[in-house]
Amino acid sequence: MTRKRRRLVLIGGGLGVLAIAVALVLGALRDTIVFFNSPSDVADKHVAPGARIRLGGLVQPGSLVRGDNLKIRFEVTDGKSRLPVAYQGVLPDLFREGQGVVAEGSLDAGGVFNADTILAKHDETYMPKEVADALKKSGHWKDAYGQRGAVAAGGKSP
Amino acid sequence: MIAELGHYALMLALGLALIQGSMPILGARSNDPVLMSIAAPAALAQFAFVATAFAALAICYVTSDFSVLNVYENSNSTMPLIYRLTSVWGNHEGSMMLWVFILAFFGALVAAFGGNLPAVLKANALGVQAWIAAAFHLFILTTSNPFLRLVEAPFEGRDLNPILQDPGLAFHPPLLYLGYVGFSIAFSFAIAALLEGRIDAAWARWVRPWVLGAWMCLTLGIAGGSYWAYYELGWGGFWFWDPVENASLMPWLAGTALLHSAVVMEKRGALKVWTILLAILAFSLSLIGTFLVRSGVLTSVHAFAVDPRRGIFILAILMVFIGGALLLYAVRAPLLKQGGLFAPISREGALVLNNLFLTTACATVFVGTLYPLALEALTGEKISVGPPFFNMTFGPLLAPLLLIMPFGPLLGWKRGDLAGAAQRLFAAAALGIVAVAAALALQHGGPVLAPFGIGLAVFVMAGALVDIAERTMFLRVPFAAALRRAAGLPRSAWGTALAHFGIGVTVFGIVAVTAWSSERVAALKPGDTLDVAHYRLTFDGLFNRAGPNYRDLVGHFTVRRASGDLLGAMEPSRRTFPARNMATTEAALMTRRVSQLYLSIGDPNPDGAIPVRLYFKPQVLMIWLGAVIMFIGGALSLSDRRLRIGAPRAAKSRASLQAAE
Repeated sequence: MTRKRRRLVLIGGGLGVLAIAVALVLGALRDTIVFFNSPSDVADKHVAPGARIRLGGLVQPGSLVRGDNLKIRFEVTDGKSRLPVAYQGVLPDLFREGQGVVAEGSLDAGGVFNADTILAKHDETYMPKEVADALKKSGHWKDAYGQRGAVAAGGKSP
Repeated sequence: MIAELGHYALMLALGLALIQGSMPILGARSNDPVLMSIAAPAALAQFAFVATAFAALAICYVTSDFSVLNVYENSNSTMPLIYRLTSVWGNHEGSMMLWVFILAFFGALVAAFGGNLPAVLKANALGVQAWIAAAFHLFILTTSNPFLRLVEAPFEGRDLNPILQDPGLAFHPPLLYLGYVGFSIAFSFAIAALLEGRIDAAWARWVRPWVLGAWMCLTLGIAGGSYWAYYELGWGGFWFWDPVENASLMPWLAGTALLHSAVVMEKRGALKVWTILLAILAFSLSLIGTFLVRSGVLTSVHAFAVDPRRGIFILAILMVFIGGALLLYAVRAPLLKQGGLFAPISREGALVLNNLFLTTACATVFVGTLYPLALEALTGEKISVGPPFFNMTFGPLLAPLLLIMPFGPLLGWKRGDLAGAAQRLFAAAALGIVAVAAALALQHGGPVLAPFGIGLAVFVMAGALVDIAERTMFLRVPFAAALRRAAGLPRSAWGTALAHFGIGVTVFGIVAVTAWSSERVAALKPGDTLDVAHYRLTFDGLFNRAGPNYRDLVGHFTVRRASGDLLGAMEPSRRTFPARNMATTEAALMTRRVSQLYLSIGDPNPDGAIPVRLYFKPQVLMIWLGAVIMFIGGALSLSDRRLRIGAPRAAKSRASLQAAE
């Protein structure tokens, strides 16, 4: 093989792998990304039942109901709208009423958000970034939320 | 007093870094040996001052000097000594101090042990190293000073984030930083070569040990962080595809590619331009990792603080160093002479494929990590890119890499014999197929792809053994002769085989635990039992236990085999830290060979039942065991190379001839 042909083989192989990778990335971006929504977004955008989203906001105080078999229901609010959430499992360490929460799952036909994952990436003084931004947008941000925000702690939990 | 001493030492280190970054490079340009000779002593002195500053901060922590703001915010006098010490880097300022400490340490190592380097290369490399150091000293002094005092010293500190109060903090960040920052040496040598406009195979020989050392530490650091997250976060995940984890995985992928391309450059003089680019990329990705973690653009457990000035400063460092390096590369790389012709089917060809897949996989991780940030910055739309994305992109790119991996070491340099290699791998392939069949037969209801993943892992492990068997002519010569040959093999050959074997072990663990974990979630009252796999756990009750700076609410569980044999007790707990009013989940683990039972509890319900998460994680320990094997393989290789570096180049020993075959 001449030097030129060898180089062509190398470059061709490289471009081939790159093309496969680009196809994989584009396909995955179309199918796997999850959008973040506040309860108001869900109402405004008419998020379709069954579509996988992340829902973020505050846990409405007094809304937490514990059922049998670790079934849990609570409401997520951003000050404007509320959305009921159903979850079954162990809640993360820092899940509390009045605190920020991010839930991943989808809406059912009855308008209840079925979460399969609850994230609470914060301590008792810190807000998840998405929730803080959403609250600021809806005008329900209180400065007190951010005061000890310098200590960003958290646990990753599904 | 101690804090001021540390602050002053850090300023002096900045001054020294500026001298080290200018004089030797000027000297290299004008070929002035006196100016060039400044580099080494300046690097040693800079290390001495950074070490003084770091030690000063450590003393403030150990003696609980709460008049220092940083100590007050992150420490507490009731913490055990080990955590008072490790909390030095359990916060933003301190972890940056660790960063520059390790950077200066590496600079000092090059200065001390680089006696056989050409003067110009050494002066340039140490000069570039000093630019990086100067940038980060300035960053610490202007935006992240750990030595700030409080006017009125409080009696007690605010305590370290409870999640970080773990022995993992003693190992994970230092190892990770040794890896990250270790790539700075390859970067500095690459820039030095570009500045000089000259590069040869010897360059690769000097740089490879540093890359290998950094790669080893990074491997162990990532694995350690993974195991820490696994047992600390309470739900048994070993990898989250969290941006912070990706930040460490990207330099690892680029570094692994660099390690392999440097072999080609050293042995065959080919791929020079590519190797230089990889050296730049590996460290650039380390810098990007530092930016992602330290700037606060991501909020996670690793982002201790959010301060926009810091983000902008690190972003500026990033742009200057990465942009500058790539610009220099674009201008100078075409001047570097190409060399080393090889056929596509050859050891070089296999290593090129390795590089191709590793860098492409790295690029997909890069896209998945930064796309959400870019999208939010541009459109304000918030998305999350999670494990499904990476499973769909990273996985398919890694599978062919694993498939070709055993072929590489069996192919000859320059022109390889693919049919011959395939023939020699027949036994390994057969073992792999048997593993697929066995896994298919044993699994009920698992993912279809899992048995093939297991087969691939077995193929990789067996392939590494075939490599050693071929080199020792095992089964073809008498056993004693094969043993003699094995003893005579260069350590780097053992290192390669071991590291590849380790990859197989890790892949085996990942596939097994991902496909065949079983999970049980239930609310239990005392006396209740819960079954998982072939184990039965009985919940006996809750009790309280006091720790040095926390309270534990412990659940006591008795573990039995399904047949009734008693295996022992597990005691997961909820740990409350009064200083921060924070609780953590302390999971209990029971190891059964390389599998584990994993048990964690939640806060008790009002009716007295406690939520329990119980997992059986088959073969989970193989994930980290594989990383340890990779580390040992790297260490073997490193010990081999150091011997050869010490020897003059003309005297080719038997070992080096064998290594080159």
